[in-house]
Amino acid sequence: MLKVERLTKTYGSLGGPLTVLRDVSFSLAPGASLAIVGPSGSGKTTLLGLCAGLDRPTSGRVELAGEEIGAMTEDDRARMRNDHVGFVFQNFQLIPTLTALENVLVPLELRAARGGGTSALRGAEEAAVALLERVGLGARGGHYPVQLSGGEQQRVALARAFINAPKILFCDEPTGNLDGETAAAMTELIFEVNRERGATLVLVTHDLELARRCRRILRLRGGVVVLDEGEGAGEAVRAAGGASA
Amino acid sequence: MSFVLRMAWRDSRASRRRLLLFSLSIVLGVAALVAIGSFGANLRRAIDGQAKALLGADLAVQSRSALTPEARAFLDGLGGERSEEVVFASMVVFPSAGGQTRLVTLRALEGAYPFYGEFLTEPLDAAGRLSRGEAVAVVEETLLSQFGVKVGDPIRLGQGTFTIVGALRSIPGESAAVALLSPRVFIARSRLAETGLLGPGSLVRYRTYFRFAPEVNVEALVTELRGRFSELRLGFDTVEERRRELGNGVRNVDAFLSLVGFVALFLGAIGVASSIHVYVRQKLATVAVLRCLGASAWRSFAVYLVQGLGLGLFGAVLGAALGVAVQLALPALVGKLLPFAVEFSVDWPAVTRGIALGLGICLLFTLLPLLAVRRVSPLRAIRSSFADDPDRPDPLRWAVYLAIVAAVAGFAWLQAPRWVVAVGFVVALLVGFGVLAGLARVVAWLARRVVPRGAPYVLRQGVANLHRPNNRTVLLLLALGLGTFLIVTLALTRATLLAQIEGSGGGDRPNLVFFDVQDDQIGPLEDTLREAGVPLQSRAPIVTMRVSRLKGRPVEDLLREGQSTIPAWTLRREYRSSYRAALADTERLIAGEWVPRVAPDAAVVPVSLERGIARDLQLGLGDTLEFNVQGVTVEARVASLREVEWRRLEPNFFLVFPEGVLEGAPKFFVAATRAANPAESARLQQAVVARIPNASAIDLTLVLQTIDGIVAKIQWVVQFMALFTVATGVIVLAGAVLSGRYQRLRETVLLRTLGASHGQLVRIQLVEYFILGALAAAVGCGLAIVGGQLLAHFVFEAPPVVPPVTLVSAFAAVIGLTLLTGLLANRGVASHPPLEVLRQET
Repeated sequence: MLKVERLTKTYGSLGGPLTVLRDVSFSLAPGASLAIVGPSGSGKTTLLGLCAGLDRPTSGRVELAGEEIGAMTEDDRARMRNDHVGFVFQNFQLIPTLTALENVLVPLELRAARGGGTSALRGAEEAAVALLERVGLGARGGHYPVQLSGGEQQRVALARAFINAPKILFCDEPTGNLDGETAAAMTELIFEVNRERGATLVLVTHDLELARRCRRILRLRGGVVVLDEGEGAGEAVRAAGGASA
Repeated sequence: MSFVLRMAWRDSRASRRRLLLFSLSIVLGVAALVAIGSFGANLRRAIDGQAKALLGADLAVQSRSALTPEARAFLDGLGGERSEEVVFASMVVFPSAGGQTRLVTLRALEGAYPFYGEFLTEPLDAAGRLSRGEAVAVVEETLLSQFGVKVGDPIRLGQGTFTIVGALRSIPGESAAVALLSPRVFIARSRLAETGLLGPGSLVRYRTYFRFAPEVNVEALVTELRGRFSELRLGFDTVEERRRELGNGVRNVDAFLSLVGFVALFLGAIGVASSIHVYVRQKLATVAVLRCLGASAWRSFAVYLVQGLGLGLFGAVLGAALGVAVQLALPALVGKLLPFAVEFSVDWPAVTRGIALGLGICLLFTLLPLLAVRRVSPLRAIRSSFADDPDRPDPLRWAVYLAIVAAVAGFAWLQAPRWVVAVGFVVALLVGFGVLAGLARVVAWLARRVVPRGAPYVLRQGVANLHRPNNRTVLLLLALGLGTFLIVTLALTRATLLAQIEGSGGGDRPNLVFFDVQDDQIGPLEDTLREAGVPLQSRAPIVTMRVSRLKGRPVEDLLREGQSTIPAWTLRREYRSSYRAALADTERLIAGEWVPRVAPDAAVVPVSLERGIARDLQLGLGDTLEFNVQGVTVEARVASLREVEWRRLEPNFFLVFPEGVLEGAPKFFVAATRAANPAESARLQQAVVARIPNASAIDLTLVLQTIDGIVAKIQWVVQFMALFTVATGVIVLAGAVLSGRYQRLRETVLLRTLGASHGQLVRIQLVEYFILGALAAAVGCGLAIVGGQLLAHFVFEAPPVVPPVTLVSAFAAVIGLTLLTGLLANRGVASHPPLEVLRQET
């Protein structure tokens, strides 16, 4: 589902080039789950962004759902995200001017606008309502983000992430802005829904409890992989013929 | 509904009011353009609809001397019905108003003119009594009220006494504004002799009006006879020609006012762009999320483009509606200036053009900030600190800049009567905005450096607001400075013009001129003035003559060929020339040699030409010309060229002869003196007119009043248009303040949380807006002074005048307006509960 080979990302800065990610390789099978952990500044979010096609690597390649995304145009990557990817962000990132239901519908509406026609929208609202019900917010579809608590906003974000039946779900610190109880409930929900929908899961977190819920853990420090443990660990490294910690 | 439309609509939910407010910036610009466009269309329609009434006849022929038998025979041959008129300036005396006098245009009319349109008087039968040849006069309505006389009172014209039978309301083809220059008095032509006013040398125009049978093609007729008219030195005017002239006039005024209106639209569009810039900055997170969810760059861009379009459309339609309303008010504003009646109706093409232009310009300007949306990285969604710069160099942005310049140039090209004006407008607009924007940046830069650390906190914070990130200093100075610049330039120009005229009669210079004084009357005139205790300051003999040959070529040939580039009027006119031994103090020799006198039998007389007329006649030093001095041929050569200060109220001449040649020719005099005050001037005029009824007087006060009346009317119309720009500036200011309101709210709340009092917060705002207002006034007034100097120097050729009271009033008004707008738009900010804002932050 996701194949990352010798991924490096370097930013130009006033003090010279800054490599935030160096030679990272791994691969994930469909349905797998991966937690990327590490201290602040270790390159976790950069790696997530590159895997999801939000940015281009300086070198190396990323293959997502069988397609090499490094060679794609920005619009092709947008299409790829719309077709195959779901996101959950630390700051929820709901569109403040849309209701909860409308927020959930956006990916499908974008798909329809891209050429899917109205057929892409058929049943969309029912699906969105069902998803909202699934995350426990069936009665809150008409509310705006500002009218929802943090936990509720994140649940809407989860519903939105699954509305396009993604093959892979990227979560960036999904519980980072939630209190302990709400975070625990949210964690349950992410894994439950993901299990039901059978998506591959990649999550970035500081929270080791959360990380341990994944079948594989990748630990980064200073932009390099220092630990790769769990199901499928080391396969991509061997395949790429490189060496990693 | 497509995703883009749906998303644009939903996304605008929370900010629709704000977006609509942004759109107000272009409302006044569009309103101005629609009003002017629609008004212009109405005028053109009126001109076409009332074509014949514009002239009152099918053909009007004019001669500057009594018709020769040859000319009379020629006119007889044209056929049709005729009406004749003799027109000249004269003094009217109002015996029932204590013998007060006034210079008027006396028109002695015979026949049924006007053949088309109405000679409108109050009471209505006055024109009829005139045409029956009674000893009556129809007098300009304004004169009656000015001198407190009424129908039934007598007036004296020369030696004749006439009874006022009516007030002149209107006559075809002449605007009521004519009365400003010289009020009209109509009498019957058959009664003209009774006045005894037509002496030799009087500056008289003889007009003959024709009405032809409908089948006569007047245009073809005059085209065929054009050469003959020229030979006989007759000018002519046809309905078509009048329509063309008026049409051109309307087009020019239309173009000028439209360009002024366009400045308002341009400024408004900059305001919209600035507000959208702030708006888009607040939307970057939403855009990043949309990008994460799979929206392409162009689709995200399209969402906001649709919002921009909606905003532009709303502003343009509202502006058009306002424009229509303004246009309905225009007749009251300019109706009196028009030489014909106009029925005002909405001109839909003008409305459509205004909307399209408003929408187009608004769209181009909103594209500037909106293009950044394309470049928002989806990474922004996962990294709040992601430092992408959507404003980094973008080739499309340059394309939009080019499109804006092209749109401005295209508009100017379509509107301006000449390409030079179009280019001038584009350059002036871009340079003006550039200079203002540049100055604003300097101000922001200075604000960062000049405030001492020890200054009170309120002052430091207020000044800091001028240069902090996302400050609106450039926009606000642009919006306020431009309006100030326009209005103050107008005021300074008016002051310059008036001062120039006032100055022309300053010191000991003559301020009262008598003309049409006959040879045998100059002695009595001097006596009269001496008796009144006011000696004559200068007198100049005038001999009328015509040019018969130029550099050996007969003038008739030059006129007939029609190929000569010499303006026909310079060849046809009757020159009123003088002779003297010395230069007057209003003159300066710029080339050649001044010859004071010649022997009476000189074969070729060395004459002096005024520079401008020499240029028109294409004559240089040493060139020869021949004059017909009332039947006597005089050979002359150009011996010198003079520069003449025409503005001085003293007799000045195109042609000055040396002494020794013209003394024996029939002549009359212009004489000038100085009255200490208006009362003395009136007394002198009454005394002179009582003794020399045919003499006319013009005094500086009258000239001043006349010019001021005209300038004030023009200034009022232009100022009315400029007000659109000023009001747009205020709206842009309000929009800018409101669009930055949220940011301001957060800062204010933080300050409140840290212990700032309500009073302190208000004082910080006062400092900021006071400085902004003062700077805008300074920049606007500074530019206006420069603009006024340039206009004075290049257009009016007069020393510029900068009345301090104008500048002080402008300063006070701009600062007051800025403070008021700023405080109103920010009201409530200082008293907002901090918790409400702080909670939204989390």
